[in-house]
Amino acid sequence: MSGRDAILGAVRRSLKRAAGDAAALAAVEARLDTRERGPVPARAQIDAKARVDLFQAMAEEHSATLTRVAVAQDVPGAVATYLKKHNLPQRLRAAPDPEIDALPWDTQSLLTVERGRAEASDETSLTGAFAGIAETGTLMLLSGEAAPTTLNFLPDTHIVMIKASQVVGPYEDAWDLVRAKHGPGELPRTVNFITGPSRTADIEQTIQLGAHGPRRLHIVLVEDGPGEESEDGTGDGA
Amino acid sequence: MRSIAHSFKDNAKAALADPQLRRALDNIKTGFITKRAAAAARLPEFEALRDAARDIKNHTLDHLDLYLERYAENVQAGGGHVHWCATAEDARAAVLEICRRAGAKTVTKGKSMISEEIALNDYLEANGITPVETDLGEYIIQLRHEPPSHIIAPAVHLTKDAIEADFRKAHPQFPKDRPLSEPRHLVDEARQVLRSRFLAADVGITGANFLIAETGSSVIVTNEGNGDLTQVIPKVHIVVASLEKVIPNLYDLSTILRVLARSATGQEFTTYTTVSSGPKRPEDPDGPEEYHVILLDNGRSRMLGGEFREVLRCIRCGACMNHCPVYHAIGGHAYGWVYPGPIGAVLTPGLLGVEEAGALPNASTFCGRCESVCPMRIPLPKLMRHWREREFERHLTPAPVRYGLAAWAFLARRPALYHWLLGLEMRVLGALGRRKGRFAWLPFAGGWTRHRDFPAPQGRTFQSLWAERKTGGAP
Ligand code: SF4
Repeated sequence: MSGRDAILGAVRRSLKRAAGDAAALAAVEARLDTRERGPVPARAQIDAKARVDLFQAMAEEHSATLTRVAVAQDVPGAVATYLKKHNLPQRLRAAPDPEIDALPWDTQSLLTVERGRAEASDETSLTGAFAGIAETGTLMLLSGEAAPTTLNFLPDTHIVMIKASQVVGPYEDAWDLVRAKHGPGELPRTVNFITGPSRTADIEQTIQLGAHGPRRLHIVLVEDGPGEESEDGTGDGA
Repeated sequence: MRSIAHSFKDNAKAALADPQLRRALDNIKTGFITKRAAAAARLPEFEALRDAARDIKNHTLDHLDLYLERYAENVQAGGGHVHWCATAEDARAAVLEICRRAGAKTVTKGKSMISEEIALNDYLEANGITPVETDLGEYIIQLRHEPPSHIIAPAVHLTKDAIEADFRKAHPQFPKDRPLSEPRHLVDEARQVLRSRFLAADVGITGANFLIAETGSSVIVTNEGNGDLTQVIPKVHIVVASLEKVIPNLYDLSTILRVLARSATGQEFTTYTTVSSGPKRPEDPDGPEEYHVILLDNGRSRMLGGEFREVLRCIRCGACMNHCPVYHAIGGHAYGWVYPGPIGAVLTPGLLGVEEAGALPNASTFCGRCESVCPMRIPLPKLMRHWREREFERHLTPAPVRYGLAAWAFLARRPALYHWLLGLEMRVLGALGRRKGRFAWLPFAGGWTRHRDFPAPQGRTFQSLWAERKTGGAP
């Protein structure tokens, strides 16, 4: 504790303030309680349909690919088609997520689906997402029992399924959903924001995809009607 | 790392004479600058966001003690440990102790400027632990035993040919005749080599772009995904971060993130932003079992109290160096320590002392581009001026500069004498230089004429022209 006290003492000396200053404490409490939003870009404050369109456009701009399907039952077919198109093995490591388990995988007889955290040999993963953020085409994934974090980073190809109703406008709306689910000040161990596949520009400023994380990020978007219907945006991935 | 900031002039001279460096630095001028400008232009709220980002940090710094307390309480509540470290030495020792207790042999590392500041790699190595840098740029410079030359693009001073040569030397396990001339080949080879390192590491060390008081979280921002593999696979995750990284809440994070990537690389958003709050929970299928935060002061609490407080708003985006004509000319290594460019010119004397780093704030043309692009609106030129004043007050300025300034001050207080002398000098130089219109050499001006000609004066002084105009001469 002595290191702590010495540092806090030095900070207070520089701020010319004693410990337990009531006015300063009140200012901090107020700030943490009110959680005022900063300037939120107008581009993110749009209706549900425009949000989904913007989410897709921005995700594609960041080199992700996106397929829309009408209902969740179509996801296994869309996944198999994607793997075939890219000449990838018909084998998936899926998040141990009840919503993914419930999909009709038996319609894809060639596809092998294993559940669990990622192993080094897994080439393709499938996960849910907690939210999509239209502002920059960003996915928000929360770690948890049904969502091992390794699935988001180890495999070469990461496939994410998300419902249109989970797409919000700005980041702040996504944080509000997390807060509604986990309570104020509480977060799951890891919150991952993912915008496109892994990349680097460390060699002569030329952009190369697939530095350490996935080389491909594919999103399967289930068009389950307008976003306003979703009460809390949850249902999978957490 | 050990500082060589005191030999800035020699470092800069050597850099100017390096053609390979010239070629590599040209990439910055075209890449970062145009991309940032386009990203800023695309977001109408960009300037308002810069104001908001500045205000968030100002508020936090004004209440830094309280936010740090709140942050640390929340880390502990989530099962993590905070190690308060006043000096670089304390921080190194704390990291080593955690590694020893974990029985660590290899440690993977995400990119961290604080780790460079406390010279962690050398220390771990000296104590029998192998640190492996995993950010591609950091990996390359680790192979070369070099410090980073840029805060977000550590290997920006290298061309791909140089990197190819390094990889051929460092990776003898691959066939000699493999193709390796394109960036794609180099990235793939590094990916393959580092993959096994990620899986074998006992401890993962990352930096933090931000610490969140509200939730006790650390935040990293990367494009490669290396930081995430570093922190999710090993049993122990250590975060090294300095005091001023703390911000109040998650909305504040979103506000600042909106200006960070755009200012840094011109991206709308960085590929991976990860918010981590403690170790693995009982129900989690993966993640580290231990989560430690090394919270480093190393001079920051002192800077908080003086005229340099504003520099603590810095979010290490690199925009100031990307736009700096001096950085463009000499690159990052000439600055001699961890932080190059305008931010280094202000921060390094604050952390190492003006005796060691007084030359850095003098390496500025005061063109003001750094301040104009800094997302946190840090008045870098003003702060450099403050350092120059400090240096002068403490008689650290070299004698010729002091005498020159004294002579100039003497004349500036005697306008008639000043005008007469200047007029005389112009007539003499004008006559001497009439034939060529320039001088290749002049007494007392060797510093100038060594690299470029000095133009010969043509006609009269500005002041005499101005006087004539005021009395109704030319329109
Ligand atoms: S001083 Fe400003 S521009 Fe430079 S790195 Fe820091 S935040 Fe970026």
